[in-house]
Amino acid sequence: MKYIDEFRDPALARKILAEIESVTTRDWVIMEVCGGQTHALIKNGIDRLLPDKIELVHGPGCPVCVTPLELIDRALMIASIPDIIFASFGDMLRVPGSRKDLYMIKSEGGDVRVVYSPLDALKLARDNPDKKVVFFGVGFETTAPLTAMAVHQAQIEGLKNFYLLPSHMLVPPAITALLGSPANRVQGYLAAGHVCTVMGWEQYIPISEKYKVPIVVTGFEPIDLLEGILMVVKQLESGRHEVENQYSRVVKREGNRPAQELINKVFMISDRKWRGIGTIPRSGLSLRSEYSDYDAETAFKINDISVDEPPECISGLVLQGLKKPYECEAFGEKCTPQTPLGATMVSSEGACSAYYAYGRHNKRAAK
Amino acid sequence: MKKEINPEDFASCPLPISSHDTIQLAHGSGGKMMNDLVQKLFLWAFDNNQLNRQDDNAVIEIYGNRFTFTTDSFVVDPIFFPDSDIGELAVNGTVNDISIGGAVPLYLSVGLIIEEGFPLEDLRKIVVSIKNAAHRADVSVVTGDTKVVNKGKGDKIFINTSGIGVIKHDFKIGPEYIKPGDVILINGGIAEHGIAVISKRENLAFETTVISDTAPLNNLIERIIEASGEAVHAMRDPTRGGVAATLNEFADISKVGIRIIEDRIPAKEAVRGACEILGFDPLYVANEGKLVVLVSKEKADAVLDAMRAHPLGKEAAIIGEVISDNPGMVSMQTGIGGWRIVDMPVGEQLPRIC
Repeated sequence: MKYIDEFRDPALARKILAEIESVTTRDWVIMEVCGGQTHALIKNGIDRLLPDKIELVHGPGCPVCVTPLELIDRALMIASIPDIIFASFGDMLRVPGSRKDLYMIKSEGGDVRVVYSPLDALKLARDNPDKKVVFFGVGFETTAPLTAMAVHQAQIEGLKNFYLLPSHMLVPPAITALLGSPANRVQGYLAAGHVCTVMGWEQYIPISEKYKVPIVVTGFEPIDLLEGILMVVKQLESGRHEVENQYSRVVKREGNRPAQELINKVFMISDRKWRGIGTIPRSGLSLRSEYSDYDAETAFKINDISVDEPPECISGLVLQGLKKPYECEAFGEKCTPQTPLGATMVSSEGACSAYYAYGRHNKRAAK
Repeated sequence: MKKEINPEDFASCPLPISSHDTIQLAHGSGGKMMNDLVQKLFLWAFDNNQLNRQDDNAVIEIYGNRFTFTTDSFVVDPIFFPDSDIGELAVNGTVNDISIGGAVPLYLSVGLIIEEGFPLEDLRKIVVSIKNAAHRADVSVVTGDTKVVNKGKGDKIFINTSGIGVIKHDFKIGPEYIKPGDVILINGGIAEHGIAVISKRENLAFETTVISDTAPLNNLIERIIEASGEAVHAMRDPTRGGVAATLNEFADISKVGIRIIEDRIPAKEAVRGACEILGFDPLYVANEGKLVVLVSKEKADAVLDAMRAHPLGKEAAIIGEVISDNPGMVSMQTGIGGWRIVDMPVGEQLPRIC
């Protein structure tokens, strides 16, 4: 595949690995922020090719994983209302709420549809004027412009049967929260390339300066990840802390301005609860008052549902990089992708699921 | 949907979902949940030697002759997809399930469940496909059944086919005969059927249209057996759950480890591209004309040559080997030289968010 195979070149991978090996003199802890990066690292076996001195910890950048349980329960309630078409990205379907998941709602007769884009949900609303269509707007800054476009378009078209259940999160406040935690061990970051495609990387400069951490905007192919790791290690070894851009073929310093404008037009920044982490101030997006007619939470009066997380699930610690999935007693035994205790095991981007699917041997080795 | 909404149903208990009271889609997707259903319900209920082998067919002996018997149902949506349809699929699927045990398929039954209001012209097209596919595979449709259900009580058309074949040699083929040292071959590019169907379902247009690989494998299998004799230990067509599910079943049944090499697994450029876009792993995507063959090392090259000489095996490749380490586990050397586990799929593959 053009523009992909080049970034999976084994010879180049070996060369970068050798360079990482040669520049690394001390132990370093690096966090890859995005769940897509976690998966790519483990799917390609990169975690096992790196020198032992480099420890990768997996960040909170998995939208499925950080969506709080109570929001899942709210989604499930809406999805089970008759005459509603509930549209969601695929990997939300298996995420367990307190008692059910969207698959179960579907098997009980709920009309749950998998869509690839929020605009597909808009089409469902147009094609089914006698039904109410609710889109579960999950994701980070990457998917926010698409959701914003769907809401904006619904308003232009005067669609009265389209609603958004918003659960958009912002990455920089989460990184700041992790860095500000006394338990923080992370010394350098691979920032999420796709988030930065939309938002650019200027907003990471103050974080890098305040906490004196290297942040390298990194892509998702093996060569991207290895190069990103090399750039972080070089900074750490030379005592620098800068924002650098490994993913320059896609990410521009200022990001995608029209996409940002659309996000700002439809959404405002608000506090958000993160699964396993808690409420982080100004870390999410809510609909502006001009678009409040499209807010499913008020339209279906579900704001009062609140629930706690399962006590034995350590996904919060995993999401903060404080624990590895295999350090969990339940991992691979009580908690598997088939019987997930927490969202980090459900989502294909979740750290626990990635370890389970591609690297279960790590636990055996660790034991 | 008449169910009252009770917030307590959702909010009172933070326990995870570990079992289901109702059938989920994933119970039929060829992964772990289906496997559970088979183990805990069907094997328990019908407990017998043929079924307990858990192969895709049963081998039965009647008056000294060995026959293979199998059944399969087809519910694909859409019913027409690039270069094929549900009718051709229904014949090839059963022909292949008979052939993988080394039998020559002979006779099929075709049962149709049709939704009221289904266009007769579409039914005609499907029946012509069944006729042509049966001709190509050299089998006869010798019995059948038709039921019509009320509009809304079925989805257009469902087809069940059953079939029997005769085993003409005296050695045994099946996952239980797999041994460490066996070499793993496949007859061509993976994931074509699944991608063809989903691109039609999602209305996705790619530069190159991916067409379904549906094909009868009986003739290819005859050539393989001629080349291998009893050195062929197991064969299977990796349909639902893809190559990953088939290899995991092999590893599980025969208690061996399986190692494959990512770079050696053939996949068309367009298929790989579509998988990238859709967020699928091609190893888990369905095939309908692919064959995974496990054969003793000394006959591997002869089998590879025989496969490549056949129209359905031009892209055949050796993709891995059976080992005694890590019984039950399938692992893969990745393109850049790392290792990962290729696990049994849990349910349907779900497209990722970003």
